[in-house]
Amino acid sequence: MSAVMITRKVRKWEKLPGKNTFCCDGRVMMARQKGVFYLTLFLIVGTCSLFFAFECPYLAIHLSPAIPVFAALLFLFVMAMLLRTSFSDPGVLPRALPEEATFIEMEIEAANGNVPAGQRPPPRIRNVQINNQIVKLKYCYTCKIFRPPRASHCSICDNCVDRFDHHCPWVGNCVGKRNYRYFYLFTLSLSLLTIYIFTFDIVHVVMRSVDNGFLNTLKQTPGTVLEVLVCFFTLWSVVGLTGFHTYLISLNQTTNEDIKGSWSGKNRVQNPYSHKNIIKNCCEVLCGPAYPSVLDRRGLMQEDSPALSDAPPSSSSSSSVPQTTKTTAPLIPNEHTPDEAKPSIAAPPEKSPAPREEPAGAKVPPLASPETDAETSIAKDQTH
Amino acid sequence: MFSQTHSLQDMRQQAAVAAKVFIQRDYTNGTVCQFQTKFPSELETRIDKQQFEETVRTLNNLYAEAEKLGSQSYIEGCLACLTAYTIFLCMETHYEKVLKKIAKYIQEQNDKIYAPRGLLLTDPIERGLRVIEIAIFEDRSLTR
Repeated sequence: MSAVMITRKVRKWEKLPGKNTFCCDGRVMMARQKGVFYLTLFLIVGTCSLFFAFECPYLAIHLSPAIPVFAALLFLFVMAMLLRTSFSDPGVLPRALPEEATFIEMEIEAANGNVPAGQRPPPRIRNVQINNQIVKLKYCYTCKIFRPPRASHCSICDNCVDRFDHHCPWVGNCVGKRNYRYFYLFTLSLSLLTIYIFTFDIVHVVMRSVDNGFLNTLKQTPGTVLEVLVCFFTLWSVVGLTGFHTYLISLNQTTNEDIKGSWSGKNRVQNPYSHKNIIKNCCEVLCGPAYPSVLDRRGLMQEDSPALSDAPPSSSSSSSVPQTTKTTAPLIPNEHTPDEAKPSIAAPPEKSPAPREEPAGAKVPPLASPETDAETSIAKDQTH
Repeated sequence: MFSQTHSLQDMRQQAAVAAKVFIQRDYTNGTVCQFQTKFPSELETRIDKQQFEETVRTLNNLYAEAEKLGSQSYIEGCLACLTAYTIFLCMETHYEKVLKKIAKYIQEQNDKIYAPRGLLLTDPIERGLRVIEIAIFEDRSLTR
């Protein structure tokens, strides 16, 4: 039985689980639904084009040439921030490899002790003390890890994201630890750009109306009407959003924590991550270190076994323990097991002869329901 | 940065992995990357506690240096913001520089201390900075 060696170079992003789309050979990472992102792009580019076409020639001559120059710089900054937010890895945590998942399962078993048959096992929670505050770390059934503090699982992208803020359809990506500051700068600069365009639209219409009359001005520059409409509606939403995020940053909170009311102050629960100083909080969020991506999208997969198996996304050293074909360690099925993994659950013994993995595969599926998004968590928090 | 090809490890591919230990993160100081220094019982026969704790402590110090909120990180942040973060296309961030240091340190520790004892440290960056994976190889030299 001879096997054919695959010689095509496969990059790790091609084998990553989760519902992201990748472009430019793994350099760009976005969510699957990008429709609203294209709308955002269209609105920004469209409105600014109209501004440069209709307003700028008049204002440059009658007021100052600095006006279009500044508008252009602001526009470029907005676009840079938008693309940076949309295209970068928000801080996705890679899923546990089978051995790590098994190790954690064994620890949980040891901690839970004997659960009488028919009884629901206790929810998988680890308590840690952070700055004299007890924080509960929840177990993610999809990623098979205990989520670090402030991390949350995004059900749209099907990934655990570190310091998860929210999933923003307008930028077509999650907002998390790595791209939060770009997101904030995007909303801030977009607010400034919107106010700038709105103001100069009004100035332009007023100046022209003085010479030509109001209705004639509108006929001459129809673009202005469109711009004013777009800016008016954008102003309320984007400026409000910027204000909200400024508030969150000053308290070092995430949108996710704010929605769930994690640090709302009842039961004397306080935010353990806040430095209790607005300046320090702002500096940490906006000027902190630039965290690297832990996903290694562009690394090459090691094709060390021929043809059939999907090599797991790990370029790390040797392990002669054969890995199962799915990296989501399909030993314990649950309602969130991806459909393609379910058939492989039925046949793990052929693929993973390591004795350690067998007992885990024979376990009864956990009855405790996993929490994968904010809504279920809120409900659970209220019942706890 | 992510490849750990080393002739010693190629040799190790011949040996069988008896077990893997995962050193978990220590969150007592917040979300900063720190690992627990608790000595796992599986390593008792292979390496002494002091050596292990020294390794983990040095790694913790390196990660603390990477994530330090000091004047250097603020200057880097402000400068990057002024250039709309395009400066990161040509310049390496402070964190990335420290990660390289960490990779070198782990390689060195593996060569000098862990490999001779039949152990292998995996750089935490390959596990999403969640755990330090230590592979314990079957020790054929010992007669039991």
